[in-house]
Formats: sequence, structure tokens, C-alpha cells
Amino acid sequence: MQSLVIVAHGSHLNPESSAPTYDHADTIRATGAFDEVKTGFWKEEPHFREVLRTVEGDEVYVVPLFVSEGYFTEQVIPRELRLDGWDVSAWDSDGLSADQATLVAEDIDREVHYCGPVGTHRAMTDVIVRRAESVTGDPDVGDGFGLAVVGHGTERNENSAKAIEYHADRIAERDRFDEVEALYMDEDPEVDDLPDFFESDDVVLVPLFIADGYHTQEDIPEDVGLCEDHTEGYDVPTAVDGTRIWYAGAVGTEPLMADVVMERAADAGADLGGALDDVRETTRVATGD
Amino acid sequence: MSEPAAESADSGSDPEVPSIDLPSDAFDAVLDALSDKTPGDPLRFEGFSVAPDLRGDIDEDRYVFADGDRRTGLTEGELHEALAERAPAVTDWYTFERVVGEFGPRRAFLRWLEDADGATVATRYAALAEGIERAWGELKITATITDRGERRYDVRHADDAGVPVDELDAYEDPLDARELVTYDEKGRYRPLKTAPSLAGGWVFPELGPRDAYEAVETIYPATVANWHREREGELDVSHWRETMERQSGIYGVVKTWDRGEGHEHVNWVAEACCDDSQCLKRREWEYDDETDLDVDGGDGVFPCREPCSVVVSAARKWTRLESEQPRTYEFELTPSEKEQVEDIVDAVADGRIDEIREADTKEGANRYRARFLRTKLFDEEGNLAGVPTEEDEESEE
Repeated sequence: MQSLVIVAHGSHLNPESSAPTYDHADTIRATGAFDEVKTGFWKEEPHFREVLRTVEGDEVYVVPLFVSEGYFTEQVIPRELRLDGWDVSAWDSDGLSADQATLVAEDIDREVHYCGPVGTHRAMTDVIVRRAESVTGDPDVGDGFGLAVVGHGTERNENSAKAIEYHADRIAERDRFDEVEALYMDEDPEVDDLPDFFESDDVVLVPLFIADGYHTQEDIPEDVGLCEDHTEGYDVPTAVDGTRIWYAGAVGTEPLMADVVMERAADAGADLGGALDDVRETTRVATGD
Repeated sequence: MSEPAAESADSGSDPEVPSIDLPSDAFDAVLDALSDKTPGDPLRFEGFSVAPDLRGDIDEDRYVFADGDRRTGLTEGELHEALAERAPAVTDWYTFERVVGEFGPRRAFLRWLEDADGATVATRYAALAEGIERAWGELKITATITDRGERRYDVRHADDAGVPVDELDAYEDPLDARELVTYDEKGRYRPLKTAPSLAGGWVFPELGPRDAYEAVETIYPATVANWHREREGELDVSHWRETMERQSGIYGVVKTWDRGEGHEHVNWVAEACCDDSQCLKRREWEYDDETDLDVDGGDGVFPCREPCSVVVSAARKWTRLESEQPRTYEFELTPSEKEQVEDIVDAVADGRIDEIREADTKEGANRYRARFLRTKLFDEEGNLAGVPTEEDEESEE
């Protein structure tokens, strides 16, 4: 019996934080690829500490719904799941390449496959592009458009920026958008000056965040100048200094994210049958025909 | 906690066992189970057993039936007839062995709902025909039985006991419960699912066994798993000290709150957060292995095995606040004003402010009274009685 456990941050203050986790779990559940799909949280229930004891399967895949490798994926989650003998070197990662480690979870005395975070998976690149499609309503968006992939960025953890650069580079290589830039909230180049980095009249701004919350709903819209005060709201697109900015909100809310969660489990050995194709079909952007 | 509704077996009269038709899926499951059995390892039901009869040299499968007497060479049709006469026992076996399955927490919970480890099939089926009610946190779960021996569960808020289903919002998918637990009656986000603030007005009127378990685990996550471990004598409790010692990052500061100076501060935390009025879990964690807290752990049916993330977050805040040194401030308050400050803290701490009537100026925490106090005693910076919080603010003036 094959079980999937999606672990995410959650919030004491805001229900939107866990909403994408539940949505992606539902999408994956509907494929029938796993006998059960469970969710566990740092700030909500069931907690990381207790989620595994609610799991029935003998093949358990744990996928962190986090953007980058770092404190949560390397310390908090393995500690709270009680992965016996966990050492981050098991991933042998350069900050982008964590795939999976198979360890016994002491809580249930069974092996689990602990996967790398969704944000650094190659399939995440497609989700960012898909986000641009869904926010513009155009499955072929690209020509005449710039794309800004925006991350938090922090001086404290270089991995945070690595994921942003990785996906921005991969999208740029596809020559689909006229321009692609990686921008940050807390380090240079800063998203505040977005129009300065683009020549295109239209720019899609995709924040590489898992859930909509303070950063994506308040900080970024105000910093970029989509609105003076986030409570006033803003249009999509909104013109700032002559550039039409198509603000996408957190990429993690895009339905195709379910695909990345499944890819992570598949990389760790899960048998998904044709479920990946089903997910890509059900989460695609309608052409309006 | 409510007990099974029917006590008729104990009162001496035979219970009214409902008439049960043996469904073909239950009979097929018996045949399937028998295919792996030998005469020395029969399939056991309450009151009888069956096994394959391997002595025959004919092609057709034959069976042995034993209920004190022993009948051999039964054809499949004769076996069906024998089992149909004992449909309660067979459907009971089928329910728990095949529908519910082996997963420990689910099986234990569904058996507990109908006292299946204590009462006979006849007693339970009679009680199920009436409806067996159990409480689980703020939930009321009513188990009933169909004429095919299938369990059905009505899951709702205890406050909605007795309300007709069509007067409530009815749901089928247990995962819909995620929406029901998100906000309290005032529309505020509930960060703690075991807070006693579950809103009512909804019902899952006809869940099967697996879905009933799923609904309960969605409303109160991991509570069945921990309750089950406790019943098995395997609940792993992480006490305050060890839980705080493993904190890291922004929570690492909590460790500085324990300085070998007793555990009074943890009593305060438990009284603030872990009281029955704030959380339905029964606190099983203490200060450490050897030191119990002085505060009662509560009466909840499901255990709390370590300080939760709400408690850790609050403890982090208190660690910061408690690192401050006390100062002496001098205020002039009338005796009633002092009592009013006490009334306001009480009302907020107990969540009673909405109960205090607008014009009830006898209540210290009445809004007009609070506004009067603020107007009279606060200066433009919001300082009580004009006394600045920081000493240097005073010297600047």
C-alpha cells in the first residue's frame, strides 16, 4: 500500500497558508495513484510530529511543499518526523539537487522516502510558466512579454536565491518570453524596481511562494507599486511606470503544482501509472474554445 | 463520555436483534477467506466457526461447520443457508475484517464506538438498531445498522443533537469537514483544531465506517491515533523540557526560560493554554519525567502528548516578556478603577467580552466603562495615569 504525505508550513493566523496543500492533495487523491494522501503541518494539525502515525501504507513518500532547501527541509522536518540517523549529506545536494533519502521514521518504525522540496524540482519550471499562462488567460503567452520570477531572497540562506535563479535560467533557455529576470524582496536585484529591469511593455510577475499570505498579498503588490495600500486591491494587469504588470500571486496556488508533488514521489520510487498525464490534463489552462 | 445507549442485555431481558439479510459481498468474503484456510485453522465467528472440508474427493468445494456440534461436507448452498441464519455474526466479521480493515486506530475507534470489544454481537446489533451515541470532543457520533448489517454513522456537533437532518447542512465527503473546522461561529480562523470552538449547523448523516473515521480525523487530526496508542499503553509523551530542548531557529530562545528555577512558569503556560476551556485535549505532558505540573490536565477523551505549536509559539513570546525586570510604577486609581482593570483582564482572558451587555455599567469590563477609564486616565501617548512605561521617557519631559 502506497501513501503520500505532503508536509507544509501552515499558519496560526491565516487559513490561506494551508489551502494550496489541501487543493493539491485533493488533485492527487482524485488520480488514485496513491492509496491515501495525507497532509501534515508545522503550524497546524496534524503536526509533523504526529502525521506519520495517521498513515497506513507500507510505502510512504513524504514531499515537503517548500520552495527551497534549507532550515525546514534539512533540520525541522527530519527532526520532527523523527527520521532515524538523518544527515543532510544523504541528499548530497548542491542546494538544488536534493532528491530523496530512505530512512526509518522512529514514530512508526517504518521506512519512509523523504523527498526534496517541490520548489527545486525541474518540473517546477513548468508550473511557473503555467502560472503566467493562467494569469494572462493565454496558453501561448510569451511573445512580447517579460517574465519576472520573484523570490524572498535572504542573506542568511543562499539556497533561497538558487531556486529562483535555477528556474529563471531554465525558462530563459526556452526562448519563450522576450526577457526573463530573477528578482528578490530582500536582496538585489530588488523587485521594487521591476520596470527598470524590463524593456517589454508587458511583464508577468510570478512570486515563487507556496501560499498567498503577507508577502504575496501585501508586501509585493505595495513594493512593486500595484497599489498604495493592499487593502485597496489592484487590477491584473496594472500599469507601473509604463509597464503593464500581470501579477500572478503565489505560484504554489497553481493547480499544476500537484504534478511536482507527484514527480517528487515518482523520483523516490512511487508507482504512479498514468496519473502524471491525468494531472497535467486536468490542471491545464483552458483555451477558451 | 457517553456510554452505549442500549443496556438491555445487562437488565436481563433479551435484546431485540434486528433482522439481517446476509449480503452477497459478505458471503463472498467468507468464501474468499476460506480459500486460505485448513480444517485445523477455521474461520471463527462469534459462536461458531467454518473451515474447508478437505476430505472429499469430488470437484465441488465442501465445508465444515462447527457450533458445538460439527457438520461436515456442506455444499456452498448449505453453507450459505447456515451463515444466513447467523447473518449478524457474519456481517459483524465482514464489517471489521474487510470493510474497516486492520489499520489500528481506525479499527479500535470503530469498535469502541459500539463497544465491540465488550458486548456480544446480539447486544450490539440491538443497540445499533436503536442507535449508539458517543461523544468525541464536541462531536456526537451516532452509529446505526442497516438491514444488511452495514454500519452507518451520523456525525454532527453535540449542540445539534436531536435536530432533524434536513435542518442542517448535510455532507457526504468526509474531507468537506476541512471547511467546517476552519472558522468559529464568529467567522474567526481557528488555529487549534481541538479548541472548543467548533461551529455547528452541519451533519454527515450517513457515513460508512472508513468515512466516519476520516471525518473524525479531519475534524480532530491525529486524536484517534493518539487515543489508540494510549489504550495500547504506547502513548509517547514528550514533556515540556525535552520539547523545548529540541526547539531551534526563532524558537530556540524558549530554552532560556528554564534556568533551574522551578516550573512555575510552565504551570502558568498550562493554565493559560491547556485548560478545558481552551483545548479539548487532556494534557498528559508534565514539566519533565519526574516533575508533574500543579495544574490539572483536563478531562478530554483524547490525550495531548506534547506541547503543541500554539503553546511553543506563545512560550516564545512569554520567554521574551519574562526576561524583563519588574519596575515599580506609581499610579493613583480609585478602588473601583483597580477592580475595573481586574474585571477587564478577566473578561478578555475568559473570552466574555461579547457577553457583557452594552448598557450594563455594573460590569467593570463594560465598553462604556472601559472608554470612560481610558478618557479619564490615559494621556495622549496612551500611558495609564500619565505614567510613562520607560523611565527615560519621563526624564525627557
